[in-house]
Amino acid sequence: MARISLKDVRKSYGATEVIHGVSIDVDDGEFVVIVGPSGCGKSTLLRMVAGLEVITKGTISIDGRVVNDLEPRARDIAMVFQNYALYPHMSVRENMAYGLKISGMAKPEIAARVARAAKMLELAPYLDRKPRALSGGQRQRVAMGRALVRDPAAFLLDEPLSNLDAKLRVQMRLQIKQLQRSVGTTSLYVTHDQVEAMTLADRLIVMNAGRAEQIDTPMAIYERPASTFVAGFIGSPAMNLVPVTVAEGGVVLPGGTVLALPGLALPAVGSALRFGVRPEHLQAQSPDSGAPEAQASESGMPEAPALTLEVFAVETLGADAYAHCLFPGGSDHPDEGFVVRLPGNTAARQGDRIRVSLDLSALHLFDDTSGRRIGEAV
Amino acid sequence: MNRATFPHKYLPWLLIAPQLAISLVFFYWPALQALRQSLLREDAFGLKTQFVGLTNFARVLSDPAYVNSIKVTTLFSALTAGLSMGIALLLAVQAEKLVRGKGLYRVLMIWPYAVAPAIAGMLWLFMFNPSFGTLALPLRWMGVQWDPLLKGNQAMALVVAAASWKQISYNFLFFVAGLQAIPRSLIEAAAIDGAGPARRFWTIVFPLLAPTTFFLLVVNTVYALFDTFGIIHAVTGGGPGKSTETLVYKVYNDGFVNLILGDSAAQSVVLMVIVIALTAVQFRYVERRVHYG
Ligand SMILES: Nc1ncnc2c1ncn2[C@@H]1O[C@H](COP(=O)(O)OP(=O)(O)O)[C@@H](O)[C@H]1O
Ligand SMILES: [Mg+2]
Repeated sequence: MARISLKDVRKSYGATEVIHGVSIDVDDGEFVVIVGPSGCGKSTLLRMVAGLEVITKGTISIDGRVVNDLEPRARDIAMVFQNYALYPHMSVRENMAYGLKISGMAKPEIAARVARAAKMLELAPYLDRKPRALSGGQRQRVAMGRALVRDPAAFLLDEPLSNLDAKLRVQMRLQIKQLQRSVGTTSLYVTHDQVEAMTLADRLIVMNAGRAEQIDTPMAIYERPASTFVAGFIGSPAMNLVPVTVAEGGVVLPGGTVLALPGLALPAVGSALRFGVRPEHLQAQSPDSGAPEAQASESGMPEAPALTLEVFAVETLGADAYAHCLFPGGSDHPDEGFVVRLPGNTAARQGDRIRVSLDLSALHLFDDTSGRRIGEAV
Repeated sequence: MNRATFPHKYLPWLLIAPQLAISLVFFYWPALQALRQSLLREDAFGLKTQFVGLTNFARVLSDPAYVNSIKVTTLFSALTAGLSMGIALLLAVQAEKLVRGKGLYRVLMIWPYAVAPAIAGMLWLFMFNPSFGTLALPLRWMGVQWDPLLKGNQAMALVVAAASWKQISYNFLFFVAGLQAIPRSLIEAAAIDGAGPARRFWTIVFPLLAPTTFFLLVVNTVYALFDTFGIIHAVTGGGPGKSTETLVYKVYNDGFVNLILGDSAAQSVVLMVIVIALTAVQFRYVERRVHYG
């Protein structure tokens, strides 16, 4: 077990820099997930930790020892690859034993470790099969087993579940989490799937274009995303992020309506902002009727600000339905789309007007140009 | 299963006709001729031919010169195939490691293949000519009594070198392709598992190259047996004293130089049987150990 520490790590291919200075500290036994869209540099970062890519600048240390110039085999890590990288000419048993054999471990000890891992991963019946005679899920477990038997200081996992079908992915996700809990090995896990990231991580690193945008616990990131990128990336469906301008005591929504935001510290009048609120944090006020607007704020709930929206499509998922709306009088630019979570049995239809209220505590404001979060008071 | 049917009845035949014609004229026809010839005996002046059954075969197989030729061929083929494949594999592995200039390196490696066998033979002959060969000189400095025109072993070394050199390009190409088909992540996984470069090669790369290696083994054996005639002819002419007279060369020598047609034909039939048997054995026993992806 070990701590992994990255200090201002950079990577360039030729003249192009793809990792622009990432610093991370992974605690002993911690499960840290790196999440970000494809191409943002997650694999590159992980491969630098593994020793498969040269570190252009910065230092990586494992358990206090700088490993920049160490061969992969001297780093005491195990890696699970996206395509599993099982040795096709070896049986499952040989695949798992390969690293142990090289380390010169005694045969009975190897057999015992392989047997233990096989039992944990329910691979015992397949030990003598070649990888090609296994299903995707079984191959994935062999790859896990190969990492597990070595009992390394840290596990590195590069999208280990992305080649599995949806159901198996959920199953394996739970299994990986349990496994990591029980062995307690420090793990660095890369994925582009935010659900995977949220569910697995002790701590989450959201990456974007070669930078770590935010590093925090999944819940903290969900509740206080540091930028529009993080806000849009974490959470499903994505947070609504509409362009607004600051007015006296509130903001001007698309379509020209002014939304009063009493008691909120706003930047100077006229500043361009992104107004963010998650679909699940909106309450439909006048249940699904095409009720005339305007009165609600006087007669209904007193404090909560409310907006009027026009429904243009409803997606029903069963328990929930998502109403895709636009602002009356606004444009149909994708940026101005606004999604509201409704009960699954909602009567809202295309063309209806709905009125939704929002909690000020669930409101996020971002600077429109830099994308950074503003208003620490919120 | 539904078979795809094509409206044309004669077109398929027309399309394979050229290949069939070539095989008929250049393979089946001569093979049948050889078979016929091997059962006949011609008198010294070519006036009469008579049917003699298997007499030619009996005489050929009991001839010590023929047994010698079998030994020479075995040695020559094993050395040529082994050397050309070994060196090609080494070069291919080194080429994979290159970051820059990979393309140029490959092109340069392929050139020898374009050289005709007889010319390749002459090249080596000149380079290692005892009196003026550029490369014979350093050999002599090293204290080697270099004279392939008189010493059988040295003549063998020279033809093996020339024959291997020419075949390295071909093997190199296939090994490069074979190496590229091995996923990088396997090598990386092995590196993380603790294997050093040599170990990675012998436990991962080499076993996964087996299909390529096996294919090349068959091709190189056939090459060494048949396609090296030009090289041997140019470099040693089978000498000195039959020390480089391979089976193919002996067929030529007995049939076209000494005009013992019956013996020569019998030898070529035996050769045909040997090659068929050898290929069958390779497929039957060696291929079992090959792991195809
Ligand atoms: N060998 C390479 N040469 C040049 N560019 C590369 C190389 N490998 C990756 N990249 C670039 O680095 C960036 C990050 O890649 P990667 O780490 O694979 O992203 P991710 O795993 O997040 O999808 C990409 O823009 C990719 O094009
Ligand atoms: Mg990747």
